[in-house]
Amino acid sequence: MDYIQQILFLIIAGVAGYLLFGRVVQIRSNIKMGKDFEPSGDKSTRFKNMVLVAFGQQKMFKKIIPAVLHLFVYVGFLVINLEVLEFVIDGVAGTHRIFAPYLGSFYTVLMNIFEFLAVMVLISCLVFLIRRNVLKIDRFKKIEMNGWPALDANLILITEVVLMFAILKMNAADQILQSRGVAHYTDTGFLFFSAHFIPLMDNFSDGTLVFVERAAWWFHILGILAFAVYVTYSKHLHIFLAFPNTYFAKLSVKGHADNMDAVTNEVKSMLGMLPADAAPPAEISRFGAKDFNDLSWKNLMDAYTCTECGRCTQQCPANITGKKLSPRKIMMDTRDRMEEVGKNIKAGNKGLDDGKSLLGDYITKEEINACTSCNACVEACPVMINPLDIILEMRRYIAMEESGSPQSWNVMFQNVETSFSPWKFAPTDRFNWSEDLKNPKN
Amino acid sequence: MSDMEIKVPTMAEYMAKGEAPDVLFWVGCAGSYDDRYKKVTKAFVKILNAAKIKFAVLGTEETCTGDPARRAGNEFLFQMQAMANIQVLDGYQVKKIVTACPHCFNTLKNEYPDLGGNYDVIHHSTFLQELIDSGQVVIADGKPFKGKKITFHDSCYLGRANDVYQAPRSVIESLDAELVEMKRCKTNGLCCGAGGAQMFKEPEEGNKDINVERTEDVLETGSKIVASGCPFCLTMLSDGIKNKNKENEIEVLDIAELIAKNQQL
Repeated sequence: MDYIQQILFLIIAGVAGYLLFGRVVQIRSNIKMGKDFEPSGDKSTRFKNMVLVAFGQQKMFKKIIPAVLHLFVYVGFLVINLEVLEFVIDGVAGTHRIFAPYLGSFYTVLMNIFEFLAVMVLISCLVFLIRRNVLKIDRFKKIEMNGWPALDANLILITEVVLMFAILKMNAADQILQSRGVAHYTDTGFLFFSAHFIPLMDNFSDGTLVFVERAAWWFHILGILAFAVYVTYSKHLHIFLAFPNTYFAKLSVKGHADNMDAVTNEVKSMLGMLPADAAPPAEISRFGAKDFNDLSWKNLMDAYTCTECGRCTQQCPANITGKKLSPRKIMMDTRDRMEEVGKNIKAGNKGLDDGKSLLGDYITKEEINACTSCNACVEACPVMINPLDIILEMRRYIAMEESGSPQSWNVMFQNVETSFSPWKFAPTDRFNWSEDLKNPKN
Repeated sequence: MSDMEIKVPTMAEYMAKGEAPDVLFWVGCAGSYDDRYKKVTKAFVKILNAAKIKFAVLGTEETCTGDPARRAGNEFLFQMQAMANIQVLDGYQVKKIVTACPHCFNTLKNEYPDLGGNYDVIHHSTFLQELIDSGQVVIADGKPFKGKKITFHDSCYLGRANDVYQAPRSVIESLDAELVEMKRCKTNGLCCGAGGAQMFKEPEEGNKDINVERTEDVLETGSKIVASGCPFCLTMLSDGIKNKNKENEIEVLDIAELIAKNQQL
């Protein structure tokens, strides 16, 4: 009978591991469809960024209430996973609370810490659910959140609430069984939080309690395995990707736009600035970005890292004033398009040549044109995602491949070319302002 | 002071004398052609004269840095402009540049190095702060801003883009004015709506203009003066204040104009 549980556990863990591995491979290959990218700056600064921003959650603390609640969920996730280690060993070995006899009273302390965190996670997730569904906080209610994204967020929160509840219920049943001296139920010491559930189950028979305890155990571990697989399909990947994403984030000042070296070569060749023996500039496949694979793999990792919190969109001047641009939607569209193509390729279909593209079918010119490049979105992101990079790459495609910029911009381009100023003034008049100073009577 | 002859030497004149100025004042297109911003250019030149700074301008040899072209996606045009400008700057062996335009500042400072143009570039707010700190500009006591509320609008290309937040504020505080912050300021500052080449086209459809949204932040502070350090912000805020019919109550001034007024230049 015991073996059945062990075998079942191994099969389920194996299936979950297989599915998870498949998704990791898929996401990795999607990201690798992006262009090469050379991370800037030195490794120690990037590492420091990762420690402060991802591990230390530095940028979350711009908004104190969600920061504190999120911190509980985050610490809970990290610490309670230690308990999952015990779950896995118990599941494989057919043991029950294998660490308890070795750790003694320290086990009791640990379990109480886990329970405290479980309660805090539970409360935080409930508050998050209220913020999303009752208080209807503006950034969660933008148009791009309709449908699946809103459901996705709620599913994640509800799952966490239920999983934490399962831990407490399991520990409560376990404590009653211990007090009755039922075999296998090793002494854990007094567990403060789950003890509050004891009165609810105190009159259950031993058999029912064992069933409740086992059911809660299975529910928790199955929940965690299912959640691990689910996360890879959801907006929740930031729990892993926040780390590499902050590590590879741009270190230069925000005002610096990446130089297009391919263009530099062309311009130098046009101006006769290349040495005579230099090879002619290579044919450039495409200027800027039309589809996701024209972006760098860092842009694509950004898209998978985005957890759709909407801090970027909340700060975006275009969005605030009712324009269609939403930096969050730029990230969501990039990920959706990547997933679509990845799935196509896996199914043996055409992949990128499906007649669709990120710019046009997902993101419109109207959105791209509305950006003021103010960097508010970049500043706002707690995990250092850069939506502005993607917007600029698309503007480059529109301007250089399609000559499809707004008419007024084309006029401005022409002015810069012919009058060396974005306005149409005579270049010879540029210094006229000094006349008034030299002859104040004028 | 007003009798003093104001000099605006050019790089070419310096070179003809076989000399070099200490700093190049990069005027920018708005500073050269925009009627409102020409006043800022002149105010800054007067300060430079009064402080006896050995400066020069490029005059008609200056051209657009290429910033609006780059932000609008025309990388070819940006690089053509940049390389032409770098040739001129390097031809004059320019080392240090000061500019009153955050867009020019950002491009010259951060983006020209990628194309081989390396200069020590500072924004005029930092330059003015340094002049005050070094005593080259001595703030006249009690002159027109003492105790007055002044709010400062962070331009994106100075603040978030380049982390210059303190210099313009120090200049305002040196005038004994009461610096009042808007609810959205410094790293959380709200754009005036003109960046990213928006200055050169109509906004997309929405329910409000960005400069009007920003003007409401200004009005909330109760300040009668809003200071900025950017030609585009100056235009956008002035238009926003007109939109609210407050142009007779609220002045939009550049940091350099504040100093010039204090110095009665």
